[in-house]
Amino acid sequence: MSGAPVSQPAPVQPRASAPSLSDGEWHRLHPLTPLLRGGLFLVVIAGIVIANLRDRLVFVFLPWIDDDADVDVEEWQGNDPIDFIVDNNLYFAAGFALLGILLLLIGVFYLSWRFHTFRITGDDVEVRSGVLFRTHRRAPLDRVQGVNLTRPMFARLVGMAKLEVVGAGLDSNVKLEYLSTANAEGVRADILRLASGRRLAEAGKGAATSATSRVSAAASVVSAGITGLISGDEEQDSEPESVVHIPLGRLIGSRLLSGSTLALIAIVIAIIVGSIAGTPWVLFSLVPALIGFGAYWVRTITRALRYSIAPTQSGGARQQAGSPSGIRITFGLFTTITEILPPGRVHAVEVDQSVLWRPFGWWSITVNRLSGRGMTDGNAEQFTTVLPVGTRDDVERVLRLLLPGRPESEWPLVFEHGLLGPKADDPYTNTPRRARLLRLLSWKRNGFRLLPDALLIRRGVIWRALAVFPLARLQSIGIDQGPLDRALSVAGIRVHTISGRVSGRLGVIDRDAALRLFEDTEAAAVAAASTDRSHRWAGEESATSDPVLVEAEAGPTRTDHDSIEVPEDPR
Amino acid sequence: MTNAPEENSAPTTTEPVSAAGTEAADGDDVLNRDTYESIREPRAAGRLPLGDGTWHQLARQYVWVQQISGGVVGLIALAATLLLTLLWGQWWAWIPGGIILAMITWTMVITPRQARAYGYQLRRDDLVFRKGILWQRVVAVPYGRMQLIDITHGPLDRGFGIAQLKLVTAAASTGVVIPGLRQEAAERLRDTLVDVAEARRTGL
Repeated sequence: MSGAPVSQPAPVQPRASAPSLSDGEWHRLHPLTPLLRGGLFLVVIAGIVIANLRDRLVFVFLPWIDDDADVDVEEWQGNDPIDFIVDNNLYFAAGFALLGILLLLIGVFYLSWRFHTFRITGDDVEVRSGVLFRTHRRAPLDRVQGVNLTRPMFARLVGMAKLEVVGAGLDSNVKLEYLSTANAEGVRADILRLASGRRLAEAGKGAATSATSRVSAAASVVSAGITGLISGDEEQDSEPESVVHIPLGRLIGSRLLSGSTLALIAIVIAIIVGSIAGTPWVLFSLVPALIGFGAYWVRTITRALRYSIAPTQSGGARQQAGSPSGIRITFGLFTTITEILPPGRVHAVEVDQSVLWRPFGWWSITVNRLSGRGMTDGNAEQFTTVLPVGTRDDVERVLRLLLPGRPESEWPLVFEHGLLGPKADDPYTNTPRRARLLRLLSWKRNGFRLLPDALLIRRGVIWRALAVFPLARLQSIGIDQGPLDRALSVAGIRVHTISGRVSGRLGVIDRDAALRLFEDTEAAAVAAASTDRSHRWAGEESATSDPVLVEAEAGPTRTDHDSIEVPEDPR
Repeated sequence: MTNAPEENSAPTTTEPVSAAGTEAADGDDVLNRDTYESIREPRAAGRLPLGDGTWHQLARQYVWVQQISGGVVGLIALAATLLLTLLWGQWWAWIPGGIILAMITWTMVITPRQARAYGYQLRRDDLVFRKGILWQRVVAVPYGRMQLIDITHGPLDRGFGIAQLKLVTAAASTGVVIPGLRQEAAERLRDTLVDVAEARRTGL
C-alpha cells in the first residue's frame, strides 16, 4: 500500500513513489478514508435493512429452509414496500431511487474527502475540512505534545493508520485519518523532525523554498533528498528494541491482584452472606457482576498486550551525543497504538505499588501528560499509564527513559531510598515525630527530596508511591496549613502540574522545611524553566532554533506560537 | 520591564509591612490606593510567616460588596422563612432557613477578617499570593507560567469600582483568584503581569 494514490492539488510534483506529504503543500487523505470512517454507519444501515428483510431474504435465497415461510408471505401482503413495488411493477423507479441515493452518498463522501486537506509547514500542522461549514485547525509544532499512530483492526487489514498530533489544550488534537501506513509513518517522522527544530537547523533553506508554493525542480530535488533521509531514518529506528518485556502471566496476575479484584471479592462475599442470611435469589446478581469484571479484565489485558517502550531518535539519525530523544510506546493486541512522546512532555511521573503486588516486586508507572483529549474522553485514561506492570529493573529502565539527562548520582535517591522506603541515612525530609499521629503508618516514609532539576515526593507504606516532578514543567507551588497543622507546627506542600493521576500533594511536613522547600523549589523551577529548550528539543545549540528566526524563515502565516489552544477558525 | 522586579530589592522585616511602603515606585500608588494596610495572620507560633517583601492587599470596598450581597441573600432567606411560618404556619421552614441564616451571618462576621488576610507580592520572578487565616494558603506562580489573566466584575462590583482578577496557568490546581482589587489596580496588575510574562515565556 506504500504507493497509495494520494492525490495532490494543482502544482503536482512528478514524484511517483514515497511522496513527501510534509512539503508545505496541501494534501488529501487516503481515498479509502470515507469508507473507513463511514464504515460503521454503513454497517448500521445494512444491519437495519437486513434485520427488516430477514424473512424475505431467507425466503428468496434459502427457500428450502421451511414451509412456514409461505404462511408468513401471505401475512406480509399489503403493507410491505417490496411487495408494493413488485405489485405495481415499479422496478425502474425503485432502481433509480436506490441508484440516486447511492450516487448521493458517494457524492457526499467524495466531496467531504476532497475538501479534507492537510498541510505541514515548518511551524504548523493544519487541517481544513467541511463542505458547507468549513473548519480550519492549526496546531503550532513547538506545542506538539506527542504523535500517536493508531491502527484499528479493520484499518490494519487494509494497511491504513490514523495519525493524531497531540496538542496542548483540551480536545485540541489534530487528526489525520486515514493515511496509508507508510505515509503515516513518514508524516509522523516529519512532524517530529520539524517540531524538534532539527530540520530548520540542518536543511533550513530546503524547508523555506518548499514552503513557498512555487516548487521548482531544484527544490524538489532537495526535498526528495530530505525524503530519502527521512525514510532512511525511519527504517533505521522503525523497530527499536523495547526495554521492557511483560510476560503474559505477569500481566494477568497483576490484573487479578488489583484493587478492583478486591472490590469484586468483597461484593461476592457480601452477596453470598446475603443469600445465606436472606433470600437465595440474591445470588443471581452475581452473574452481571462477574460478566462486567470479566469484560473489564479482558479489555485491560488485551490493551496491555504486545507492550513495548523504547527510546526513539524521533526522526533524526544525527542525534547529538547526550541530547534528549523521545520515547516510543506501543501497545494493544487488536487496535495497535504507537505513541511518540518528545522529550520534555512528561509533567510528572509516579511509580506505585500496592500491598498486593509487593510479594512479587511489581510496580506500575503513571505520568501526567497532555493527551489533548476532552475530559470526558474514555480513552484519555489509557495514555496515563506508561508501564502497566514491571519489575524494579523495568521501572529503572523506563524511568531513565522518561527522565533523561539526570546525573548518575541521583538515581539511588530514586530507586534505593525513594521506591523501597526509609533506610539508614535517609536523604528524604520526612514527617516530624511530633506529628506522627497525622500519618500513623507512613510518617517515616512520607517525605520529599529536592534535586537540582526535580522534586521527589515519597508517600505511603501500604500503597507505596514515589512521584517525580521535573522542575522545568512545574506550573506553580502552594503551601497550606490548617489549624491542626499549625498546632503541631507542620504544613502541607502541593506542587501544581497539569491535571492527571499523579497528585503533587504532600502533607504534614515540618513547617520550616516546607517553607524552605517552597522557596527553593520556586527558585529552582524559575531557573529550570528559563533554561528549558525542550519545545524545540533538538535545535538547542544552533541559532536557528531561536523562535524569532524560525518565524522569519519559514512562516508568513504564523500567528501566535505562544497560544496553548489550537487556533481553530471557521471559514 | 516594569517596576515589579525592584520591589524585592528592599526586603523588610517579617513584621506586617505597610503596603504604602517606602518604595515610591510608580505602580505602588495604583496598587495600594484605598487598600488595607496590614496582613492579618494567625497568632499561633507555628503559623506560615509573612516573609520578606511588600504585600499588596485588597481594596476596602471589597468588604462592603461582600456584606451587601450577603445581606441581600440573608434578607431574602429571612423573608421567605417568615412568609412560610407566619402565613402558612409551616414551622419546619425554620430548619433550612435557620441553617442558611446562620451560615450567612457567620460568613458576614468573618468576611472583614478574611479580607485582611488576602495579599499578593510581585517578586523578581514570580507572584506570591496568600489567603486565609484558619486555613492558610500561599501560592507562588512564576511569571513565565501564566497562560491568561481574567478580570471580572459584576454590577455591584462596578458600583464600588472593584474587580476580581484570576490568574490561569496550565495547572487547574493553581487557583489564584484575587478578589476585590480596585479596577485601576486590577488593570495595572494585569498589564504588569502580561509584560513580565511575555519576557519570560517558556514552553508548557
